[in-house]
Amino acid sequence: MPHPETWLKVTSAGLFCEPGGFFVDPPRAVDRAVVTHAHSDHARPGHRAVLASPETLALMRTRLGEGQAGLSQQPLGWGERLRVGEVDVWLEPAGHVLGSAQVAMEWRGSRAVVSGDYKRAADPTTPGFVPIPCDVFVTEATFALPVFRHPRPEAEIARLLESVDLFPERTHVVGCYSLGKCQRLVALLRQAGWERPIYLHGAHVALCETYAALGVDLGELRPATVAGKAALVGAIVLAPPSAIADRWARRLAEPVVCSASGWMRVRQRAKQGGIELPLVISDHADWDELNATLDEVGAPEVWVTHGREEALIHAAGQRGIRGRALRLLGYGDEEA
Amino acid sequence: MIAFANLLERLVFTPGRNAKIALLRRYFATQPDPDRGIGLAAVTGALSFAAAKPGLIRELAATRTDPELFAWSYDYVGDLAETVALMWPERPVNAPPPRLADVVATLATEHKSDLPGIVAGWLDASDASVRLALLKLITGGLRVGVSARLAKVAVADLSEGRVRPDDVEEVWHGLAPPYAELFAWVEGRAPRPDPAQAPVFRPPMLAHPLEQADFAALDAADWRAEWKWDGIRVQLVATDGGARLYSRGADDISAAFPEIVQAIRFRGVLDGELLVVRDGVVAPFSDLQQRLNRKSVGARMLREFPVAVRLYDMLFEGAQDVRQLPFDARRARLEAWYAAARPARMDLSELIAFDSLEHLAALRDGARAAAIEGLMLKRADAPYVPGRPKGLWWKWKREPLTIDAVLMYAQRGHGKRGSFYSDYTFGLWRTGEHGADELVPVGKAYFGFTDAELAHLDRWVRNHTVARFGPVREVEKAFVLEVAFDAAQRSARHKSGVALRFPRIARLRPDKPAAEADRLETLMRLVENAPTTNA
Ligand SMILES: [Zn+2]
Ligand SMILES: [Zn+2]
Repeated sequence: MPHPETWLKVTSAGLFCEPGGFFVDPPRAVDRAVVTHAHSDHARPGHRAVLASPETLALMRTRLGEGQAGLSQQPLGWGERLRVGEVDVWLEPAGHVLGSAQVAMEWRGSRAVVSGDYKRAADPTTPGFVPIPCDVFVTEATFALPVFRHPRPEAEIARLLESVDLFPERTHVVGCYSLGKCQRLVALLRQAGWERPIYLHGAHVALCETYAALGVDLGELRPATVAGKAALVGAIVLAPPSAIADRWARRLAEPVVCSASGWMRVRQRAKQGGIELPLVISDHADWDELNATLDEVGAPEVWVTHGREEALIHAAGQRGIRGRALRLLGYGDEEA
Repeated sequence: MIAFANLLERLVFTPGRNAKIALLRRYFATQPDPDRGIGLAAVTGALSFAAAKPGLIRELAATRTDPELFAWSYDYVGDLAETVALMWPERPVNAPPPRLADVVATLATEHKSDLPGIVAGWLDASDASVRLALLKLITGGLRVGVSARLAKVAVADLSEGRVRPDDVEEVWHGLAPPYAELFAWVEGRAPRPDPAQAPVFRPPMLAHPLEQADFAALDAADWRAEWKWDGIRVQLVATDGGARLYSRGADDISAAFPEIVQAIRFRGVLDGELLVVRDGVVAPFSDLQQRLNRKSVGARMLREFPVAVRLYDMLFEGAQDVRQLPFDARRARLEAWYAAARPARMDLSELIAFDSLEHLAALRDGARAAAIEGLMLKRADAPYVPGRPKGLWWKWKREPLTIDAVLMYAQRGHGKRGSFYSDYTFGLWRTGEHGADELVPVGKAYFGFTDAELAHLDRWVRNHTVARFGPVREVEKAFVLEVAFDAAQRSARHKSGVALRFPRIARLRPDKPAAEADRLETLMRLVENAPTTNA
């Protein structure tokens, strides 16, 4: 049985599956790409042919525009095996954002799984992560330090609602990435019983519409941009992290500036951003989830992409798992 | 401990005063005794102990964490207690998190050698936010970002208006944690606690700035004038229960100024200005700054920065409250007492003779000594009213000095100003090492401008940024600001060698070329470290 490193190669153009003739999440435009999910550091514009989950393809069209999301798009449902070149390829949910997939590849009995970004906590907007036993597991490592342990998202949402209750005359504006985090927050708020309209920064509108079109119920959403200050008193507004403490936020009534991100676990990170209410809600696996996942997939070898490779490789090594840092360029620039 | 940890976490990130009060108020309203009282003590700094050294935390971490992972984590987080709080391995235990009052009681009674085991047990039973609060508490590293005054305002708030913050102030220093009788009082369940013989703080009487319209309405005969000294306002309190020196904000600063406390050989409450005085000459504020914010003070400090109190009012003579007497009557008592007692390290604030308001104005304009900010005007018949009553006391600062400086850096403000570049560092020209002109920063200002000027500056900063350092932008050296300030003082701690008192933006000068801004030499000529006497 060939070792995956003989057929799944790190090249300057990205991770290349040689016998399949395709790249996985290539950072530059290529002829054939398999894309794990629609975040911009994974789904680049301008590929000729793109294979991904139907949801990822739809979200790529929204984000990149019809012409940029692959000249030919091939959707692949969960668990459907497809022969690409000499390789069997299939997708299983990664639990990261809607449509996010792990790419499983098998060639001559040797199996590698590229996880893309993933998390293990439940998320009402996306199916949960499915572990796939394999010979090499390619994992992300965004939060691969033991200081990162995400609390239950429901508890963080409760803190937000408690603050809304304490400061009813102010507007709570939550900085969040526009794909995934935004919709997850809306869904979590709905689960917690928040039935009032939720206001959106313009940058968040289109992707929420795509989510709704894909069957994720988000309740009533309104544009924050046209609402007057008075309408936003006591309201919850979702906006990109770059907008919350900047000129855009001046339209809000005495805003309580919140941010929903795994980085909020560390005080200094929250302080730097001028955040008044940090909410530790992440779409990435935390330290415990990363390690538990390595144990579950049972791969004797893990390759680690974007994040803090050294700590995860160290911890894996103590359990007899061989670790290797894949220095792939361009990942992890965008969300957390 | 959960509610206390939540409170701390929110206070740390909350910039707004009213929001802080709301958070504190909710904590006091929802937590039981004695926990809320211990929380109040922790927030006001009345609970200062360092039961554990950072070494204990390190050792605990070593028993539960991998050394390499710990090192990487510490390197990333940058704070020991926070690193341990975040990475402490969670294991399910049956115990609830400890109660704040239990933690404090345990720390006070347990033997040091038993501490590691006890703390480890607490950490096991807690989540990350409680762990952090615990570790900060036991190492004495609790920095809450809340003044004691704010906490007292929040406590008074529980009374729905029956008890004012000043009322709390008057009993505060007679109370001790966990303040059960204080909460019972503000909640209307018990009478006002009797401070009895305790040397409690009395809220001071404050002045309004004198505007031109107010000045025109004054009748010279009704008013008394004193120099306004640039020190810190203090209150000397002595009862059978002890002697204390308080700051204007009710902080007990006795330990920082032991020579003053030793000089208190009387019973009563006096109001005055704390100054560094050498051979009868008042030193500038920068000298006094050397003595501020110290828990204790060494012999060298006592020698090089000797302090004294310039007395200007009497609130209590012995045990008798004289605050209802008119100013003239209190002043007569103060003078009579002073003549008899002759206390060390104290003198009387001089009453300035004047025969007309014009005369007074001339005196004010002539006051150019570094330690004099202007004049105080006090109504001869006014009682001593805590707070800031209108029309009884005026502060009449001399006209500010101004320079034209060049905007160098801008930083984002906090809270409401969070989206604006509202803190400005400005500089003046000097000849650099190689003969070329260079700008040297001389100060920072973050007020004085109108909303429209702020919007203008914010836009200008964004459009003329040359470099960014976190929240700070360096801008093109092309915008001139007219900066007003009360005094310029020599300072070894500043790169320019000079420190400005109360700098503020007086005007924007978009019309003025940067090259025509003032030079450092111009500012140095305004430096007023020349000796001044009380004459
Ligand atoms: Zn992602
Ligand atoms: Zn990513």
